[in-house]
Amino acid sequence: MDLTFSAEERAFEQEVRDYIAESLTPEMKRATALTPSVFSDPDIGMAWQRALHRKGWGAPGWPVEHGGPDWTPAQRWIFEAECARAGVPNVNVMGVKMVGPVIIGFGSPEQQNFYLPRILSGEDYWCQGYSEPGSGSDLSSLKTRAVRDGDDYVINGTKIWTTHAHHANRMFALVRTSDGARQQDGISFILIDMKTPGITTRPILTIGGDHEVNQVFFDDVRVPVANRVGEEGKGWTYGKYLLEFERGSGIASAKLREALKTITDLAASDVTGRAIEDPDIAMRMSEVEVDIDALEMTELRVLSALQTGQNPGAVSSLIKLRVSEIRQAVTRLGVDVIGQDGLAVEPARPFYRLNHEPAIPEELLPVVPEYLNGRAYTIFGGSSEIQRDIIAKMVLGL
Amino acid sequence: MDLTLSDEQRLLRESADRFVAETFTSEHRKKAVNDPLGYSPAIWKQFAELGWLALPIAEAHGGLGGGAIEIGLLMEAFGRGLVSEPFLSTVVIGAALVAECGTEAQKQAILPRVAEGALTLAFAHSERAARFDLAHVDTTATKTADGWRLNGSKVAVLDGAAANQIIVSARVANANGATGKLALFLVPAGAPGLTSRDYARLGGGRGCNLDLRDVQLPADALLGDGSDALPAIETVVDRAMAALGAEAVGIMQTLLDTTLEYTKIRKQFGRPLSANQVIRHRLADVAMQVDEARSMALRAALMANAEPAARSRAASGAKAKIGKCARFVAEQAVQLHGAMGVTEELDIGAYFKRLLAFDTLFGGSAHHYRRHAALSGRAHA
Repeated sequence: MDLTFSAEERAFEQEVRDYIAESLTPEMKRATALTPSVFSDPDIGMAWQRALHRKGWGAPGWPVEHGGPDWTPAQRWIFEAECARAGVPNVNVMGVKMVGPVIIGFGSPEQQNFYLPRILSGEDYWCQGYSEPGSGSDLSSLKTRAVRDGDDYVINGTKIWTTHAHHANRMFALVRTSDGARQQDGISFILIDMKTPGITTRPILTIGGDHEVNQVFFDDVRVPVANRVGEEGKGWTYGKYLLEFERGSGIASAKLREALKTITDLAASDVTGRAIEDPDIAMRMSEVEVDIDALEMTELRVLSALQTGQNPGAVSSLIKLRVSEIRQAVTRLGVDVIGQDGLAVEPARPFYRLNHEPAIPEELLPVVPEYLNGRAYTIFGGSSEIQRDIIAKMVLGL
Repeated sequence: MDLTLSDEQRLLRESADRFVAETFTSEHRKKAVNDPLGYSPAIWKQFAELGWLALPIAEAHGGLGGGAIEIGLLMEAFGRGLVSEPFLSTVVIGAALVAECGTEAQKQAILPRVAEGALTLAFAHSERAARFDLAHVDTTATKTADGWRLNGSKVAVLDGAAANQIIVSARVANANGATGKLALFLVPAGAPGLTSRDYARLGGGRGCNLDLRDVQLPADALLGDGSDALPAIETVVDRAMAALGAEAVGIMQTLLDTTLEYTKIRKQFGRPLSANQVIRHRLADVAMQVDEARSMALRAALMANAEPAARSRAASGAKAKIGKCARFVAEQAVQLHGAMGVTEELDIGAYFKRLLAFDTLFGGSAHHYRRHAALSGRAHA
């Protein structure tokens, strides 16, 4: 056993570092640091997507025949770690990490040829139509209906918590095409052009002051049947496959470590009156850092199992739960570190393009919004309660 | 980067698991609790025959040259069986102190005998006023015409009664007072001036408090050449904490397995306890903490030979985190067993107490989070 990477892997690490250094602009870096959300605004995120695509790194997890870089698990780890360290923008994960793998796994050759290159190049921006007002954790109770009419489906209903629906030109959605014996039956997975007549989007402001999520309404929206992925009525299977990617695609420890470092640096600076000298803060930082160490080690155990062709087994399902809790712990620490500067609310967005001088030092602006937005970490992608249900059933066999 | 076990390591784990499951039964443990020696010399001999006592000792000194990963595999198995043999005291700490500090002659005299099971060791270092500060030693060693004279008191000496030789830490003093240097001395069991108050240790095994009053030792009782022993003590204690962490993981895994089984069998209100969401979620949390503890113990073992600051941060981080997880897992195991959990009729209590002992040994979670923060340059310890 050892924790060190091979000479080739270290050379790859250097290649990633060099490429990031030459393509990550100071504007992108500053914008990312001042974005109090896991989602970068599209102008920033897609600029980075294009930079990655130029290098052939647009979709690290995809197979090589669809434009993936054919990396080993260790290379993916190194890439994610270097990206986190450098503070690169987040790309459109709904495209690269969510709908992409589903189209690769279950889409027709025509769908693959049309959509995948547009995800890689950053031409398309995707949003996810899963949750509905009456269907959150109980997702498969969803009611948005697609009724077959000739070569089209006619869609009526509504989706909610749709991140960046106001930016996206495409949505992948779970819709009900029939009523089966179980509520999971009769759901289909469909790709929708957001410019189709009958689609309206209502913004929902969240407590951090950000406009990230929306409610989307469908009134007699006609979508070609050819836009259905896989078989009619089998959408739940594809949707679950995607959720596993959403939960398990995480190499999250590197990002968490950087987030903690940002807070630690603030705590060590005069801007916060050297909050780090408070022994309680210092000790809690160690607590969070050690939690990140444990998470990183768990991720490396999964990686090592994948690397040697073993099934990492149940351990990966524990990761989503811990990642969300640790993220929240980091943001909570941030609020305590900045103290009374947390009282100042800056309503304008984005923070990196304000046309006035903020009331508090710029680097403190995202701290409270990050904490507030961060309450959603234990809710989206299957709430922590749902995760515990899954662990009890799948890991513990209860 | 490879965290999978080698074939040899897999064999070691399998043989340790098998031996522990067959030997350290519930009945065995109930007998061992009342044994004043705290362990079985017959089993110790088997440990030697299996090569376990030679495992981390260098090949040049009659050992097998294993490392922290192998120690961890053994310790995890020992945790599953609540083994009370003085493996940590003799092999993980005692032999390691000799290997770190001893002269070549001392290594040749001691280490092969440890490997073959002919010599047991204990480490007398902690003092009441020190709490968990490894650098705080008030016991003195004064140079005499033909050797050394030791005075002081030690607490929490693990397996002291079972040891043939006790390694005692003391601050070197001359006619003008303390020199400040820490030194280690080999004190034979029963040396004149050495008195011991022996006790049954919480969670199994034995411990003792020692008084040293004008204990006279020959010149060669000094371990090594007289250079400051603190760095070696820190190295060995860091590695001991990694080993203890692996043992704690074995204990926690057993508590999880046992509790899972119990909640499936025990019925109330006409259904198994495990049908209740509140129980299922609690067990999910227990499983998660066992897994985090496993990651931390592995991490501490992998960092056992890192440079001192990184090694100590990993060891303290592991001790703190595993201690926190251990208390949660232990308390939930008792809670979910209901009233039966607080009786001596089940093994749960014994495992619970061993985890409580784990959290205390070498300092609890709060101490090690503080040490971690200090080592990270964040605050004073």
